[in-house]
Amino acid sequence: MNYESVIGLEVHLQLSTKTKLFCGCLTKFGAPPNSQTCPVCLGLPGVLPVLNEQAFAWGIKVALALNCQIANVMKFDRKQYFYPDLPKNFQISQYDQPLSQHGHLDITVGEQAKRIGITRVHMEEDAGKLLHDTGGASSFVDFNRTGVPLLEIVSEPDIRSSDEAYHYLTELKAILQYLDVSTCNMEEGSLRCDTNVSLRSPGVAAFGAKVEVKNLNSFRAVKLALEYETKRQAAQLDRGDRIVQETRLWNAKKAITGPMRSKEEAADYRYFPEPDLVPFVIEPSVIERVRAGLPELPAQRRVRFQQRHQLSAYDAQGIAQDRALADLFEQALETYPKPKPVANWIMGDLSAYLNAHAVTLADVKLRPEWLGHLLQLIEEGTLSGKMAKDVLQQVLERGVDPVELVNQGSLRQVVDADALERIAEDVVQAFPKSVEDYGKGKTNALMYLVGQAMKRSQGKANPEQMTEMLKRKLVSRP
Amino acid sequence: MAVVTPEVVKQVAMLARLRLEGKALTQLAAQLDEILQYVQQLQAVDTQRVEPTSHVLPLTNVLRKDEPTPSLSQDAVVALAPAAQPPFVKVPKVIEV
Ligand SMILES: [Zn+2]
Repeated sequence: MNYESVIGLEVHLQLSTKTKLFCGCLTKFGAPPNSQTCPVCLGLPGVLPVLNEQAFAWGIKVALALNCQIANVMKFDRKQYFYPDLPKNFQISQYDQPLSQHGHLDITVGEQAKRIGITRVHMEEDAGKLLHDTGGASSFVDFNRTGVPLLEIVSEPDIRSSDEAYHYLTELKAILQYLDVSTCNMEEGSLRCDTNVSLRSPGVAAFGAKVEVKNLNSFRAVKLALEYETKRQAAQLDRGDRIVQETRLWNAKKAITGPMRSKEEAADYRYFPEPDLVPFVIEPSVIERVRAGLPELPAQRRVRFQQRHQLSAYDAQGIAQDRALADLFEQALETYPKPKPVANWIMGDLSAYLNAHAVTLADVKLRPEWLGHLLQLIEEGTLSGKMAKDVLQQVLERGVDPVELVNQGSLRQVVDADALERIAEDVVQAFPKSVEDYGKGKTNALMYLVGQAMKRSQGKANPEQMTEMLKRKLVSRP
Repeated sequence: MAVVTPEVVKQVAMLARLRLEGKALTQLAAQLDEILQYVQQLQAVDTQRVEPTSHVLPLTNVLRKDEPTPSLSQDAVVALAPAAQPPFVKVPKVIEV
């Protein structure tokens, strides 16, 4: 039977504050284990947590960018459970008076625009990190991450396919990167995602039993896990079995989900107001100030790229999605004000290079004006399109201006056959007398022509290759 | 009618990771029930016109700057734990998969 999937996503975002949510411990990733903790984040008796104002401000910023209504008054609550990565035996989170609710995010899948509701964006603290020693009888805890500020971003169950889930996450990440409040790095865990999915028969309003899937380390994993889980549940329903509400873990190696060894009792978190943190009143004036400071977001920038720079929807999407690429695009236009070729080089050779080397723009030393210079060199005819590809590679590898590369004559030898062909043809046209001499058996004339061709290639042609090419041309002449 | 039964005590004890058995359950059930009955008197107060609140202090928006303060040393932290394998705290094996 055909079922409809009903999907919700829960994203945890680590804010890049210098210090933790309620204490002054540093949040640096990769610090020596247990070197960034204090009595507050370890929950020793008699301590007083105090909210980090930067985390609070960034929380409002993210909530506004996701079109949420900001609470007039928010408070923190204790979520109580026992786990070795939680030194206080409770997590400071938000329950019934969260930072914000009722937001939404617009996605486009294919040509189809769709609005996905955002239930809430709330603030909470992170837990520590557990390391497992395979085979041994112990686990090990590093509490450095304990108390690091998180935003929990919960979507409404509005998502209907793994594709929509993927687009939601990509768009969300793009927005979060534009806001510049997190590194959004999934490998380092600063962006984490859980999903839940249930199936229902067409036309049925009620949701089926919800299965939560965790351990998703990439957006691709989310997509694959949802595809797998939808198939698994459909097969089970077709057999007439019921779906039990449970949490499953994605196994990336086997590309399957498996049941998580269930904790012995159902969760009973006994939330109650955190007595050590007073409520927070959020004045409309504060909200308006944050709203006014919001940067242009990817959706707006896409529209602008299409309207002002006449980019295709595809190019606008590809470039605006990544804030660094979008900035590069606009800054390169200051040196070389032709949007289409700039966009082509960003979407083409530059993106290919970044993908092939698994790096981001921040990892290569490319100045926007260098991309402009490269395009100028092509336009002037100093570089052929093929040569320019090679030059871009060198610019990215060596971090130098392409103009400098050309001036230094330090370009690698050009082996571009098209360019050589053109030069050879030009030389033949330009020196009919020498061509004639060669025809009369004067071999010196060939040497002269090769010399001229070498000069025109600014010394970058291979002389032997050029000689061969000219010989062929002269021989084939009437 | 007793609100706190031995079953409730057992459940709460489990959530709080307290080992309570046999006589302790009935004994505590009776005592806790008495305490709750006593507090129950507050239900008689008319709170119709009282704003709900989670805090009694006339304070809001207590914030700190995002500025670092010194952390504890690794040795000090590890020494707090019942078991350790420096620089980590050691706990019984937790397996999720
Ligand atoms: Zn701390």
